[in-house]
Amino acid sequence: MTVSRRWRIGLRTLALLYLGALLFVPVGLIFYRTFEHGIGAVWASITTPAAIHAFQLTLEVTAIAVPLNTIFGVVMALALARGSWRGKGLVNALIDLPFAVSPIVIGLSLVLVYGIHGWLGPSLTKAGIQVIFSLPGIVLATIFVSLPFVVREVTPVLREVGDEQEQAAATLGAGAWTTFRRVTLPSIRWGIAYGVVLSVARCIGEFGAVSVVSGKIAGETDTLTLLVEKRFSNFDLAGAYAASALLALIALATLLAMTSMNRRREEEGA
Amino acid sequence: MSATALTVPARRAERSYGALGLGLATLWLSAIVLLPLSAVVAHGLDGGLGAFWDAVTSAQAIAALRFTVLVSLATALLNVLGGTLIAWVLVRDRFPGKRIVNALIDLPFALPTIVAGLVLLTLYGQRSPLGIDVAFTQVAVLLALLFVTLPFVIRSVQPVLIELDREMEEAALSLGAGNATIFRRVVLPNLAPAILSGAALAFARAVGEFGSIVLISGNIPFKTQVSSVYVFNLIESDAPISAAAVSTVLLAVSLLVLLAIRGLGRWGARHDR
Repeated sequence: MTVSRRWRIGLRTLALLYLGALLFVPVGLIFYRTFEHGIGAVWASITTPAAIHAFQLTLEVTAIAVPLNTIFGVVMALALARGSWRGKGLVNALIDLPFAVSPIVIGLSLVLVYGIHGWLGPSLTKAGIQVIFSLPGIVLATIFVSLPFVVREVTPVLREVGDEQEQAAATLGAGAWTTFRRVTLPSIRWGIAYGVVLSVARCIGEFGAVSVVSGKIAGETDTLTLLVEKRFSNFDLAGAYAASALLALIALATLLAMTSMNRRREEEGA
Repeated sequence: MSATALTVPARRAERSYGALGLGLATLWLSAIVLLPLSAVVAHGLDGGLGAFWDAVTSAQAIAALRFTVLVSLATALLNVLGGTLIAWVLVRDRFPGKRIVNALIDLPFALPTIVAGLVLLTLYGQRSPLGIDVAFTQVAVLLALLFVTLPFVIRSVQPVLIELDREMEEAALSLGAGNATIFRRVVLPNLAPAILSGAALAFARAVGEFGSIVLISGNIPFKTQVSSVYVFNLIESDAPISAAAVSTVLLAVSLLVLLAIRGLGRWGARHDR
């Protein structure tokens, strides 16, 4: 298909207008609105005790959820790409559930298991463990929503590199662990890294599931995204913009990491 | 001989480590995902089938579900048109800044949904510098959904379009086919599986979306209230059984879409061969 110059420019303009109206201008405007009253006000608003606590909580939750999902992701990807076992198709389909299910349903599901009237709630309360409206609930919700990322990035890479090198290593007498560490891991490291970046972004940005289980206790169970909503509802628009701009900067850093990783992957041809 | 002697126990050990890993990973998946989701279905049916039916067929639940499905279908459809167009421009066109545009396409995936809602409200809300105020209307919900689902169709069509054999198009051209014919008879059939699976992913995401909608929709029952926000209200007003019942319906919709996407994936794979 060789499109004439006029058509090509027309289509390009249409595409860029759509992107501009939906994505570029709105995101640009939020930065403008944030900084229109100077950087001092922004700094003051993201360094209040509540904001600092929300930031710390968000990082803490991410630091727990991402490593757990990475280990799960690599083990599951190995099982999906290398093993043949009964129920593989089913498990493969179930892994995508967190992407398809509404975050509100995810939050509710955790309340129904760990809440006071939930399946495990009463016994946990007796044992003195509080899950809902406290850190464990937020962590569980975050793990749930970001579960598939590493599996979905690593499985195709494993399929592509094949298992010939792993077999060669085994033939030469390498044990399972040595083979994994010296042969498999180096070949999937970019896949893992990519999955980790996507997981981190999702963990920091999760809102719906966390808003159901957190209870939004100020200075205790407020994450950054919950803080944005709370400030907006309390008519603290400047504060909501400041916290949003911080989150948007994290998102842009994520994009930068993804782009440079893609380039590295292409250069290495894997 | 010695090599085989070494290999056999190593591979057997590997297999048992593999089985152990698989067992643990499946257990993790069950504890994190399957146990909670089955609690939703179980609680939804707790009050008996009658109570379940009453909860999901209440006027407000039906209105919310109908609006959710319709606005998600509209989102998927607009993504088919807009996404295919943008993918085509990003693959076949050349212009300064293309790489940056291409990188920014993923921004809606990286940006927290609550920020996405706030971002759209800033441009299309009451204080809009353009004078366009669609806040608390159905159009606002559609805008939010278009924002968060933007990358799906583009990212599923792009690789197929890059791989697409230009010779096929040249052959059609040399046989006298016009651009419209080539697009309709050669390009589109090759892209169809990718477009549809991208649209299905966008639809699934739109049905469950919450964060980007909650600020901009105004949550007006029978007008701009979507199912996920309705469920959230039920949870807040301490009606977990009704919330679980409506959630079960949403869960069923998600499962159906997942199955459809897997079917499309198989169709796409067959198309490749």
